[in-house]
Amino acid sequence: MEGEAGEFNVTLIKKPRYIEEEKCTGCGACVEYCPIKVEDEYNQNLSLNKAIHIYFSQAVPLVTYIDAKKCSFLKNEKCAICEGICKNNAIDLCQKPEKIEVEVGAIVLSPGYEIFDPKLQGNYGYGTMQNVVTSLDFERILCSTGPYEGEIRRPSDRKHPHKIAWIQCVGSRQVIPGGNSYCSAVCCAYTQKQVILTKDHDAQAECTIFHNDVRSFGKDFERFYQRAEKLPGIRFIRSYVSIGKEIPETKNVTIRYSTYEDGVKEEEFDLVVLSVGLNPPDDVKDLAKKFSIDLTPQGFCKTNPINPIETSRRGIFVSGAFQGPIDIPESIVTASGADALCSQLLAYRRGELSTEREYPQERNVSGEKPRVGVFVCHCGANIGRVVNVPSVAEYASGLKNVVYAEEALFACATDTAKKIAETIREKGLNRVVVAACTPRTHEPLFRDTLREGGINPYYFEMANIREHCSWVHAREKEMATRKAKDIVRMAVARATRLEPLKEFQLPVDKRALVVGGGVAGMTSALSLADQGFEVYLVERDSELGGVARKIHFTLEGLDVQEYLNDLVGKVYRHPLLHVITDVTITTVSGYVGNFATTLKAGWMAREIRHGIAIIATGAEEYKPAEYLYGKEDRVLTQVELGERIARGEEGLINSQCLVMIQCVGCRNEERNYCSRVCCGHSVKNALKLKEINPRMDIYILYRDMRTYGLAEDSYREAANRDVKFIRYEPENKPQVEAVEEGGHRILRVTVADPVLGQKLEIDADLLALAAAVVPLATNAEISRFFKVALNPDGFFQEAHVKLRPVDFAAEGVFLCGMAHYPKHLSETISQAYGAAGRAATILSKDSITASGAVCEVKESDCVSCGVCLSVCACGAIEFRDTPQGKKAWVNSVLCEGDGLCTAKCPTGAIQLKHFTDEELVAQIDAAVGET
Amino acid sequence: MVRVMCTGRVDPAFILRAFSNGTDGVFIGGCWPGECHYPTEGNLYALSMVLLIRKLLEQIGVNPQRLRLEWVSAAEGIRFAEVMNNVVKKLQELGPIGEGEGIEQNALTFRLKAVENLLPYIKLVERERLIVRFETEEKVIEFFKSDEGDRLFRELIADPLAISQMMLLLREKPLSAGEISERLRLDASEIRRHLHRSVKQGFIKFDEGQKRFALA
Repeated sequence: MEGEAGEFNVTLIKKPRYIEEEKCTGCGACVEYCPIKVEDEYNQNLSLNKAIHIYFSQAVPLVTYIDAKKCSFLKNEKCAICEGICKNNAIDLCQKPEKIEVEVGAIVLSPGYEIFDPKLQGNYGYGTMQNVVTSLDFERILCSTGPYEGEIRRPSDRKHPHKIAWIQCVGSRQVIPGGNSYCSAVCCAYTQKQVILTKDHDAQAECTIFHNDVRSFGKDFERFYQRAEKLPGIRFIRSYVSIGKEIPETKNVTIRYSTYEDGVKEEEFDLVVLSVGLNPPDDVKDLAKKFSIDLTPQGFCKTNPINPIETSRRGIFVSGAFQGPIDIPESIVTASGADALCSQLLAYRRGELSTEREYPQERNVSGEKPRVGVFVCHCGANIGRVVNVPSVAEYASGLKNVVYAEEALFACATDTAKKIAETIREKGLNRVVVAACTPRTHEPLFRDTLREGGINPYYFEMANIREHCSWVHAREKEMATRKAKDIVRMAVARATRLEPLKEFQLPVDKRALVVGGGVAGMTSALSLADQGFEVYLVERDSELGGVARKIHFTLEGLDVQEYLNDLVGKVYRHPLLHVITDVTITTVSGYVGNFATTLKAGWMAREIRHGIAIIATGAEEYKPAEYLYGKEDRVLTQVELGERIARGEEGLINSQCLVMIQCVGCRNEERNYCSRVCCGHSVKNALKLKEINPRMDIYILYRDMRTYGLAEDSYREAANRDVKFIRYEPENKPQVEAVEEGGHRILRVTVADPVLGQKLEIDADLLALAAAVVPLATNAEISRFFKVALNPDGFFQEAHVKLRPVDFAAEGVFLCGMAHYPKHLSETISQAYGAAGRAATILSKDSITASGAVCEVKESDCVSCGVCLSVCACGAIEFRDTPQGKKAWVNSVLCEGDGLCTAKCPTGAIQLKHFTDEELVAQIDAAVGET
Repeated sequence: MVRVMCTGRVDPAFILRAFSNGTDGVFIGGCWPGECHYPTEGNLYALSMVLLIRKLLEQIGVNPQRLRLEWVSAAEGIRFAEVMNNVVKKLQELGPIGEGEGIEQNALTFRLKAVENLLPYIKLVERERLIVRFETEEKVIEFFKSDEGDRLFRELIADPLAISQMMLLLREKPLSAGEISERLRLDASEIRRHLHRSVKQGFIKFDEGQKRFALA
């Protein structure tokens, strides 16, 4: 790689796949005939595959490649069977590595992670005992595309294991050679998922999880943990363990562990799963050298303290677990964030390389009788060897309204698609049926073919004679052919009723509204403004900054106030950014691309029009009712403690003994979630105090220390600096009383220490409570305004917990910061860039294309019963006044096209286009014969 | 195989249409509760629709097991195959529709028609009285098993269904209470109750000369 931000030249070496990607249709015939069996790397070498194969069933592109190390031809020029099998001549056994040079303005590094290799520490028995597997092995075992087709079996004898143990922190939180000192952050949750799935497979299974702390710090993870824990036959045991031995006869494995109650025990298990941690990518040093970026001592990417998506080199960004151990939603957030940062850098030349595709003029066929063309695909041998394709094509040509039918070897091949388009024009077809595979993958392609042929793309219907027929009836060729004819007949019946639909374009207002002027809101607003969009940033208070105003330093050592002042300055100085403080929102109307929001400041009201909104309203610290807080001035929250440390208060610095209590106001019945940040905050404050006054006694009373990820190192440092960590059980909480002794007022904290098995009394000068992070009461109002959901805890609910972490189900509204869930400053910043990246995907367009398959009301049939309004959760239907009274009306922009209203309408007045009663009934009738 | 974007799109009329066409069974495959791809959670509506139609089928003597709804996600190919094999096996046991139940073709067509005629009415009362928005699968099933669910079904749907069938019969020719009760396989006292109500509402009159009931 050469050059600099804005002008990088990157040279790529593309390894030979030995397949011409454009020609391969992914039919898989070559895989079947390949004589060389190899271990299936994707399935963790637990099952076999062929030397030529598709890496996995969702691979993109979904085409084969040849494993050069295993292929008999590539090794010694024998075989080449695949070349003969492939009917599309896609195999190229002479392919050479290809050098590709690209010029780019920005680079995103997302090399992911490697799993920790437990063979490096011989004591886990991995690789020597067959029934010790890694969590990734087990993940494949659980999967229906895995080595045992979704049945849980163990490697030694393929029997169903009944008693399974998971060992947590394998390779993580270990300061021994070969281990990683940090916490891998994702293992507790994935183990719980595996336990739940195991119980789904086998309700009688006994699952034991050996752990050191259960770190359920993510959103909804606490409830997920409880769900796993409450299942019958599940044990969570807090203990370090060692692998005992393999029982020669059964190949069962024993584990030695100890509990306070029973001491050391050895127990036998059918299968042991090692919950392995996350390592940096293997070739990370080489990668860092090529891109001239810095790495952390652990080998992850070194990032900017105030922007975890920026590497040490301008124009090069990072997303995913190369930042350090993070899970799926956070990876996705950083990916969107990297998108925003690239756009900030390159906004001035957005769209320069994009070209618009030209289609021929659409022919109006409304007056014509249906003229259906049917194309029956062989899919290489996939369909052809089971279904008699020529006979299906012949049958189709005899069906009513069919004017043309032919076979195709691969209907989806580029040249065939071109030919279909020509046939549409030549034969004057106005409906097309392709009998081939699934619309899920191929409908868009064929719709495009129809547009090329000059007719409306919705005149297309797919008959699936592969997944629905040849693949499932391989041994019943005659019956399969009959069924294929039935499927084609039904598709033709539907096709003749299809109507042309218009996908419509909605203009996009390119302005953004950001609600909330904390770090999250300011970061999003600034990013969007830097990308060239006009932004309104509204804040309820008179000052920007939010909760961060009270935070003075982070665990990583960032001076928060300095950072904040700089950020506020940038926000006020940006010409495209309008800050409006001291306002509340009173109404919101409109939809994606076109919102109108009314703001009120005192008596003044104003309306703002905008295309998207970002909700960044934040959260606040819980005011404890526990542990004498508010009654004794020496009882503080962690945030208050942080402020006092920053002020350098003498009384604090000279204290002899400070006690911290974790989980105050959460992880309880009232707030059944973990506040995520408190363990880190407490360790941070403890370390700072130890730095100022090393003689101070500091105790941290905790339930599980959740210093996830790289913060684990600080936890260890605190322990090394003699901060004392004492675990308590929720049913046996610490007791605090204010007492006077020898003229001194002290706080006496009593806690049961499970290690010592006795009660400890600590006389403290100060007590700091790790108070929960709680959602704002005003969230309910905001959720109503923007039609977005709250979760049971009162935080905003994203569209999809894993895959759409900063989107709302309501289109055009996005989410970031603590309004989503408690999080650290760096996580908030990441998420704010993520929301800006997602928002820009809408703002950068001039218009939005909405699907034509939406609902429509025939007013004369509407009896105004309102059932459609009541079942439509998209809020797309409303009553409108007409000369005939109130009638239902569909806002096509909001309609998602599920069609529940259509099924519920008593008169059939509301119809989901492309799935109308007429179209579906025609198909149902054709199922039993030609009508 | 008929593709819809959501099980919520399945109109009860489609099911009756298929049975009227002589289809022996109808299977609906949907996303698991809580995994609806739309905000509407159409799958729960589909469940309550299926449970209602199954009750109606039972009412007209058609084995309700001919209609089946199962949750099968797009990722569950193996489960889908198992479920479909099971559906086919079950239908083979039941035999062809009508024949398996011992109902003549004409009678079957007649009864399915009566249910079909009632659908707009059902959709309206459903809106008014029968279906509240259920939050979970368990609550839907519980409702249809409950006494309250039974009572509402009887009052709001079973009775109108009987009357709808009665009216269809009388459209052919005037009949006595006994004849109606025999043809509809309904209890004579039930029939008298429906006749009484329909006469009072003016839909049906009693023809003194023929000693038969006829359409008004």
